[in-house]
Amino acid sequence: MSYHHTIGRKTYRFSDLKTLLAKASPHRSGDILAGVAAESYEDRVAAQIALADVPLKTFLNEAIIAYEHDEITRLIIDNHDAIAFNLINSLTVGEFRDWLLKDETDTVTLQKIALGITPEMAAAVSKLMRNQDLIAVAKKCEVVTRFRNTIGLKGHFSTRLQPNHPTDDPKGIAASMIDGLLYGSGDAVVGINPATDSPAEVNTLLMLMDTLRQQFDIPTQSCVLCHVTTTLELIRQGAPVDLCFQSIGGTEKSNSSFGINLALLDEAYEATQSLNRGTVGNNVMYFETGQGSELSANAHHGVDQQTCEVRGYAVARRYNPLLVNTVVGFIGPEYLYDGKQIIRAALEDHFCGKLLGLPMGVDICYTNHAEADQDDMDNLLTLLGVAGCNFIMGVPGSDDIMLNYQSTSFHDALYIRNVLGLRPAPEFEHWLIKQGITDNSGMLMTQTTPHLLNEIKGLWMK
Amino acid sequence: MDEVKTGEVFHDDPLHSLKQFTAARIAIGRTGASIPLGQSLAFKLAHAHARDAVYSELDIDMLSSNLKQFELPVLLLHSKAAYREQYLQRPDLGRELDNNSVDLLKDHCHDKTDVAIIVADGLSATAVNHNTLSLLKILIPQLQSSGLQVSPLCLVKQGRVAIADHIGMCLKAKLSIILIGERPGLSAADSMGAYITYEPKVGLTDESRNCISNIRPHGLTFKAASKKIFYLVQEAFRFKFSGVGLKDNAGHLDS
Repeated sequence: MSYHHTIGRKTYRFSDLKTLLAKASPHRSGDILAGVAAESYEDRVAAQIALADVPLKTFLNEAIIAYEHDEITRLIIDNHDAIAFNLINSLTVGEFRDWLLKDETDTVTLQKIALGITPEMAAAVSKLMRNQDLIAVAKKCEVVTRFRNTIGLKGHFSTRLQPNHPTDDPKGIAASMIDGLLYGSGDAVVGINPATDSPAEVNTLLMLMDTLRQQFDIPTQSCVLCHVTTTLELIRQGAPVDLCFQSIGGTEKSNSSFGINLALLDEAYEATQSLNRGTVGNNVMYFETGQGSELSANAHHGVDQQTCEVRGYAVARRYNPLLVNTVVGFIGPEYLYDGKQIIRAALEDHFCGKLLGLPMGVDICYTNHAEADQDDMDNLLTLLGVAGCNFIMGVPGSDDIMLNYQSTSFHDALYIRNVLGLRPAPEFEHWLIKQGITDNSGMLMTQTTPHLLNEIKGLWMK
Repeated sequence: MDEVKTGEVFHDDPLHSLKQFTAARIAIGRTGASIPLGQSLAFKLAHAHARDAVYSELDIDMLSSNLKQFELPVLLLHSKAAYREQYLQRPDLGRELDNNSVDLLKDHCHDKTDVAIIVADGLSATAVNHNTLSLLKILIPQLQSSGLQVSPLCLVKQGRVAIADHIGMCLKAKLSIILIGERPGLSAADSMGAYITYEPKVGLTDESRNCISNIRPHGLTFKAASKKIFYLVQEAFRFKFSGVGLKDNAGHLDS
């Protein structure tokens, strides 16, 4: 079906739904690189006006990537919850935007309809929303997940401690991990990006983290962000796997480029769940995404990068993840050119993920060839704190010496908790106070040396 | 609050002793919840070096003059990316030669040659300006003394790695080596990479290449880099392919 809108004497025509979505997408370099972006400012707004009139039901009948050719499309269509959709069944995309912003549309209502919303509906409505709208609606969503602690409660803000090291040196990793813990970081997960994907090396890192966790009775979970097949192998070998990690995309072809498909993820999900290592819950999956990964794998099928990204959330949603992290600025300026594009993309991803019922966190980050700096990241961090983002990264001094990019520091998390009155996950907060790392108000203790440090100094001498 | 005295504004970090285990920015102290100014400025300076490197330009005069010693023609080429901002957003254009460059290469292509050496700015012209001559001084004599014919030396502005495929094909080279500025990190803004491709032709992807990374005085030294490159070139000619199937087992030569 084709769509059109006339402005003055000019009629803009959009040959199908995916073209309409692409042209309606706010400007970003990746869509230009893909050749799917609007050709003028007017073209973009014409597409947005036309998109506003499209009934939400249309997205159930017109697949943007053919049902026969893509298992993600099949996942989206086959798992759609028609009962949850009933409440918004009669709305157009434009009416949906206005409805989301209504005072009466509260947290409980949004939770009820989450499974009725498809990725394409969420992507479509986000394209009609200003940054302010994305923040206002995301803030109303609440997605709570549990493993050894409780993440995502309103008023709480968690961090993934990311103690990477270029050669996976255990002492180097332990040093960054201890530094982070003493800054109150690590309640979402302690997660290492390994330099190599070999099962033996990954196992060493898992053992290291698990030993520290048990020794100090830390109510958190650990993860080495290796390929899902490596994790499966390690589970078979009896390694201490808390969470199963995988990068995912929004098309079958992009997932093939990651070496995965839904059947493999099903297997990994079941295997990790069967370990039953969680104490307060059993959300065991950790997914990472990021706009542009489909295009970079030449697997986007002419679909804009933001819509592709949200389709990836359908994959995540299938596995009740503990954490979903959009690594927004890592991919480079050919997909998101500058601070403005990175900030917009992060707010879109956070909003769309939350709307679909996912525990969204954001890796607030950039590379040195992007037109961005710490000030842009400060802006984004503050916006996401206001929007109720579940978690961010904690990297020593913002400088990841293994992945060579800049993310958020331990200090950044303290800043956002302080200015917005946010607290860590409750179980972790209790532990921080017990260890003498923070006081009851969440401030780092200044005078006393934490017990943990004294004990660790002993540990270090062994 | 009492008058603030110099030296009292931030806390020393009790974890200082852990710094010996990692180059990560740990134990940097804090003022309130924030990073102390000295650390903040050190970070800014590292980022400034990286940003300057991204926008640095090939020093054509210096490079051409330095490359004269090899007594090979030096060709100045340009990709289809007209300027840096376009280069950053359109990697596809950085992989293709502009029309003038194609014509120039046609004029210089007479017979088949063994090795095409290409020098491109990539994401850090600074890296290439600093490191090219020192590496080639070791590498070119090594290649030539093993009997390999080295074609004209090509300097490319706004080039990506895959532009070596186009150039190698135009020059009818059996193998291409491209030296290119790597994406600057906070720890080093002058890292050069070398990519080796057997039978270069348009349309190849990264799995057809071998890469040697972090070539700079404080990284992989010129002597070590040259040794690795020369080893891989010999192996590529022996097996008649390059890329993921060609393993860098150079270390075994020493044992």
